[in-house]
Amino acid sequence: MARDVRLLAEPFNPGQFIGPFTNAHPGLGGVCTFVGEVRGGEGQDAGVEALELLHYAPMTLPGMEALADEALARFDLMGIQIIHRTGVMRVGEPIVLVSAAARHRRGAIDAVDFAMDHLKSDSWFWKREKRGGTWHWIEPREQDHADIARWG
Amino acid sequence: MSRGVRIVFLGKLADLAGEEAREVDAPLDWQGLLDALPGPLGEAARGERTRIAVNGALLADKAALQAGEGDEVALLPPVSGG
Repeated sequence: MARDVRLLAEPFNPGQFIGPFTNAHPGLGGVCTFVGEVRGGEGQDAGVEALELLHYAPMTLPGMEALADEALARFDLMGIQIIHRTGVMRVGEPIVLVSAAARHRRGAIDAVDFAMDHLKSDSWFWKREKRGGTWHWIEPREQDHADIARWG
Repeated sequence: MSRGVRIVFLGKLADLAGEEAREVDAPLDWQGLLDALPGPLGEAARGERTRIAVNGALLADKAALQAGEGDEVALLPPVSGG
C-alpha cells in the first residue's frame, strides 16, 4: 500500500485507518499521523454549529492523488494515506487524516506536514461554517499561504 | 438532452449564481462566458483569484477558453480545505 487516497462522505473513526495502514508496512521505522477535527469552543470559533466541505468530483480526488504522489517522490516514504471528508460535519468530527510510514521519522513527519499544508490551501475544497443558523464561506488565511510557501 | 456547454459554479459562486450549474449554447469562448455571466458572477470570473477548468483540466490562461458541445466549464473560487 504505497498510496491510499480517499474522499469520504460519512463520518469516520481515525483508528479504523491508522491500524491497517501501519500493519501494511512491515519493517517501518515510524508512522506519523495527523487528524484534523472541526474546531469548536472558544474565541472566534465559538458558536460554530456545523461545517460543510464541498468538492468538485472531476478534480478533487485526482488532485489529492497527485499530492500523495508528490509526497512519495519528495520524501523517503514507504507509504502515504490521505483521507478527507466532504459534506456536513459537527464540532469534534474528524475532517482529515494524513498518515505517512517511513524507515526513519523525518520523512514521515515532513510528508504529513507537506500534505496538510497543500490540503489546506492548494486542494479543491470549499469550506463554509454555520453560525446562528447562517452559512458563511471560509476564505483561506494569510497563514495558510505562508505555510505552503515553505515548501518552495 | 441538451448538448450545450455546462457551466458549474463552485463554492460561494454557486450562491452568487443561485444555482450549481447552468447550460449555455456551444461553442463557448472567454468572451462568450463573460456575456453569459452578467453582474457579480462575471466580475468573479474575471477576478485573478478565480480559476477555470474545462472537463477537470485547469486552464493556465482563462482567455484561451474554448469549450464545445458536452464540455463542462467549472468556475473555481479560492479553496479552503483541511
